[in-house]
Order: sequence, then structure tokens, then C-alpha cells
Amino acid sequence: MILAVGLNHYLVLSALIFSLGVLCMATKRNAIGILIGVELVLNAANINLVAFSKHTTGLGDGHIFAVFVILLAAAEAALAIAIFMNFYNTLRTIDVDRGDELRG
Amino acid sequence: MDAVAFYVFAGLSLLSAIGIVVSTNIVRSAVFLLGTLGGVACLYFVLDANLLAVIQLIVYAGGTLVLMVFGIMLTSKSPWVGFTATRGQIVGAVLVAVLLAVGICTLVLSADWAVSDNAPLAQSPPVAKVGEKLLTDYLVPFEVASVLLLVVMIGAAYLARTEK
Repeated sequence: MILAVGLNHYLVLSALIFSLGVLCMATKRNAIGILIGVELVLNAANINLVAFSKHTTGLGDGHIFAVFVILLAAAEAALAIAIFMNFYNTLRTIDVDRGDELRG
Repeated sequence: MDAVAFYVFAGLSLLSAIGIVVSTNIVRSAVFLLGTLGGVACLYFVLDANLLAVIQLIVYAGGTLVLMVFGIMLTSKSPWVGFTATRGQIVGAVLVAVLLAVGICTLVLSADWAVSDNAPLAQSPPVAKVGEKLLTDYLVPFEVASVLLLVVMIGAAYLARTEK
């Protein structure tokens, strides 16, 4: 039955979303675009955690780890946006390539 | 039924993720991110992780994404401003991403997981059990996380304040 969905389906989906997140981080020059790539990577990790939780013990430990990942992602986004505000106020742009004042 | 739901929502997540990467307009990327987050939340429902799916929708789609849209609006004079990488950078990044995807897929498909793909699935934990675990086994991380959120709130407010 080709339609039967198992653990591997979720793992492959997660790998693809992870790669797309890395690609997003590498190609975007808008700082918030990079942040969106980070969120994609974290979501890919969460899919893995929940899929393994479903396919092993089912005690919910994977769910709790995923809750903490979501929490940390929210905290990280809040701080990152605050830093980007300062970046924008200083340089008048959100292009990360402009932040090269420390270049030797 | 589960299989159909999986393919629909996995397709939604993947297509939205591709949309995020290819769109040069950052506002469109944010809207596509909503599609990915919603698709992943539906996948959580398919995986019987009801609590997590609701948390994903409330915290991610309702909180983090709105914060990002605020950031986008505040940092660009026009929402249509987009920066694109050079062709060489894009080619290199695509190469790395494809290698990464192929490598991870090969690894996870050839790995000998402790679980069989056809094993009967364990009973999914009810919400009450997850909550109980959160306040017993995982109490210390839970408290540390609450302190972390307080620190982040103060830090973000401090960083984003206007200079006198």
C-alpha cells in the first residue's frame, strides 16, 4: 500500500523543510527573511519530535520538547526583532550585508 | 484517511516553504510562512498531538508571525522593498541545500530506528497527561522557561526603546 504513511514519510518531509529553511537563511538578505528561515528549521525539528513521540512510547515526552522549542522560538523572534529595530535605526536599512562596520 | 490528510497538509507545508524561499517580497514570505505553520499544525492534529497543534496556532501563527509582520512594517519604508542575493550566492546556496536534503533523506531512510514502520502505534497521550508531565517530570525546565520569558520580555523592551 503506497499510501500508508509511516515514520519515514514524516522524516523526509522534515528533512525537506529543514533544507528549505537553510536555503532561505542563505539566500535572503532581509534580516527578517533570515528569521523566517530559522522558524522553518525549528518547525522541521518539531515535526521529527512529534513523529517519533507518536511512533515510539506515546508518553508525550516529544510533545513537551516541542512545546519548549516553540517557546524558545517565540523568545528568539522577540529578541531578534528588537535587535533588527536597532539595526534599522542605526543603518536605515534591514539589508544584513550593510552591517559591515566591524570589517577589518 | 490519515494518509490523505498527511499528503494534503504535507503538500501545503512544503509548497508554502518553497514559496517562502522563492518570493523576493518579504511580506509574501511572511504570508507563506503562515501556510507552513498552519500545515504543520494540521500535521500535529494528524499525529494526535492536539495540545501542540493548538499551541502552534496560538503562539506561532498568532504571536510570532504577527511580531514578524510588525517588524517588517516598521523596518521598510515600503513593504515591497526586497533584497536579492547575487546569482553565484543563489547557486551555491541551492547546491548546499540540495546536498543537505539528499544527505539527510539517505541517512534517515537507511537508519535502523528502534521502531518498526509497521508497528502498532502507541496510544496517544491525552492533554491532561502532557500537562501532568509538564508539572512533574519537566517542572524545572518549565520554571526556567518562565524566567527566560521574563528576561526576554525585559530585554526586548530595553533593546527596542527609542533613544532619548
